[in-house]
Amino acid sequence: MAHSPYQPLGGKLLTKPFMVLALLFAIGMYFIATRFAFGLGEVTNLNGGYPWGIWVVVDMIIGTAFGCGGFAMAILIYIFNKGEYHPLMRPAVLGGLFGYTLGGIAVIIDLGRYWNAYNLLLPWYMRPSSVMLEVSLCVMAYVLVLWIEFSPAFLERLGLKDAKRKLQRFMFLIIALGVLLPTMHQSSLGSMLLVMETQLSPLWFTTWLPLLFLITALAMGYAIVILEATLVTRAFGLPSEQRILSKLSPIVGWLLATFLALRLADILLRGHFPQMFEANLNALMFWIEGVLFVVPTVILLSPARRVEQAQMFLAAALLLAAGSLYRIDAYLVAYEPGNGWSYFPSVPELMVTIGVISLEIMLYLVFIKKLPVLHGIRNAQPREA
Amino acid sequence: MNKSRRRFLKSATGAMAAAAAPLESANAIRRDNKTLPPEALGMLYDSTLCIGCRACVTACKEANDVPVEQPARLSAWNPGTWDAGEDISGKTLNTIRVYTHGSKEHKDKAENGYAFVKRHCLHCVDPSCVSVCPVSAMNKDPDTGIVTHDPDACIGCRYCVYGCPFGVPQYQFDDAFGKIAKCQFCEHLQKQGQLPACCDVCPTGASLFGVVTELQQEAERRLAARPGDMYEFPRGRLGGDRPTHEAAIPEYESHIYGVTEVGGTQIRYISGVPHEKLGLPKLPDASPSSLSEGVQHTLYKGMIAPLAVLGGLAFLAHRTTRKLQQEEEEE
Repeated sequence: MAHSPYQPLGGKLLTKPFMVLALLFAIGMYFIATRFAFGLGEVTNLNGGYPWGIWVVVDMIIGTAFGCGGFAMAILIYIFNKGEYHPLMRPAVLGGLFGYTLGGIAVIIDLGRYWNAYNLLLPWYMRPSSVMLEVSLCVMAYVLVLWIEFSPAFLERLGLKDAKRKLQRFMFLIIALGVLLPTMHQSSLGSMLLVMETQLSPLWFTTWLPLLFLITALAMGYAIVILEATLVTRAFGLPSEQRILSKLSPIVGWLLATFLALRLADILLRGHFPQMFEANLNALMFWIEGVLFVVPTVILLSPARRVEQAQMFLAAALLLAAGSLYRIDAYLVAYEPGNGWSYFPSVPELMVTIGVISLEIMLYLVFIKKLPVLHGIRNAQPREA
Repeated sequence: MNKSRRRFLKSATGAMAAAAAPLESANAIRRDNKTLPPEALGMLYDSTLCIGCRACVTACKEANDVPVEQPARLSAWNPGTWDAGEDISGKTLNTIRVYTHGSKEHKDKAENGYAFVKRHCLHCVDPSCVSVCPVSAMNKDPDTGIVTHDPDACIGCRYCVYGCPFGVPQYQFDDAFGKIAKCQFCEHLQKQGQLPACCDVCPTGASLFGVVTELQQEAERRLAARPGDMYEFPRGRLGGDRPTHEAAIPEYESHIYGVTEVGGTQIRYISGVPHEKLGLPKLPDASPSSLSEGVQHTLYKGMIAPLAVLGGLAFLAHRTTRKLQQEEEEE
């Protein structure tokens, strides 16, 4: 009988870190309830100049980029035929599952007229010129794709071998969609800004936005796989995945180098070099963002550094910070609505975002403990965490 | 890596590069600006005629059933009667703002002067809000060109708020069931043969309703007239039968705002001070949506490109999954 190489981790669910996360989630829930009872203005600092805040930019735009692990690994494993990375696929898909599902939930909390949200699915309401329409349909479809990609874990757990075999016959199509859909909507999250031509700083506004968003989403997808594999193997005393991860490093390094080259070339070609050196918030953020991108690029491209677990962990964390800051900058910092408007998230607004992220981590822990997600557990002695 | 895989990846990379190449020059991939409907309706706002009485603001509130706005520190004083919204908002669809400089002695002068400006929807010829709306809640009437909003379609994503270069659509954040608020040029009154409330009530003809092409000619006539000469300024509707308002031609700035900005708007602004000082920003001639729609069309080619890519991806994924599943079963 064929054993799945994936096994549930087992162990206690209600650990101390889990309880802390649950508390944060409860606080977030309180403010979510407040938002639905009294309106967005009661909880957020959103205003007429800044109609989008961290619920859109962090929970959705950054959240789904964090969920790109499954997308990034699928390209490597299934399209470039690198089967050796296969053990990383299932946890990566799980991360994507929660990144996207909760990003979707965050959107519902943020929508000002959420009870009409189903209009997105009614053909007579759809407007094809809207990048928002493409993103929403794509993301909805991809959430479905992620659940199907992950479903063998449920079927194995329930012992439904027949169903699993039938599903696997069509899996190649699901995997193809799992590459196409994020390619479309992650680049479109950049295209969303193309209509902001007159309102975005030229340091960020470029027709290359879709390409730049796609590359950073991919790089962030690989970074989350590195981060997750390092954290989980250390926290639960599993055999280290360091060998495969350091093989992944140069790929991510070159991806980042490409991004940096394009980003700089674009600013130079459009003649906005001087804006990089102005004494203002935009230029400052540009440089912080730049340093956050350059450091992981250097680490990941250095053969000596990338074999060390600590260095790789640092590189992955910085890369995620860089990609996140790029998105915050493009959507909020580079944006100038005029009329004296300003925005900084309120504490309740932040607590909702923290609550949603806490839920994400909690669900991840439940899933890896109860379902066959992780690889190579059979030979290890898991310890409590 | 086998041959066909390499071939697909090569052509996919090539396609990506081809998609990126025209992005170099933004203008190459723009679609054309949309054009003004011949019978489009609009407004000529002449800042030099405006006396800042705000009758238009009050009339707008009544006509559109929106509440008065009071600054928080004054909210206890005669609540609900004294309207003092500083800018358009979820409760205020139009407002009068004032530019001041130095000693504020001279009307319609940039130096030591002051000037009024009216803020509301400009009813763009090629509006971003309509282009970005995912559920067709924002619409541009094909005949009148008026940009309207349908709250029953709206999901409240606020992309229109974010995307409007003039900051016009506003969401009602203080309401659990808030709507997008924007000037719809009193479409409901026009259907009953009435004028938009602001133009109807304006005592000096500063807000003048009419057909855009005719308003354009009127604006050009005023700019061509000699400053100091007496002029019969129409009131209410251009070509209507109301008594005119006779006054001397002021010294106008030579620019008519709204002809070319973001592909043109259906509101025209003429003024004695530079439009930028009145909060009307310098904007390019090409509409923002001509770029965003142009790029999307270049990349997607009406969804044919994604389908072709999907075919290639499915082919490659099929080979790899079969191989991996065999390995798994042998294990």
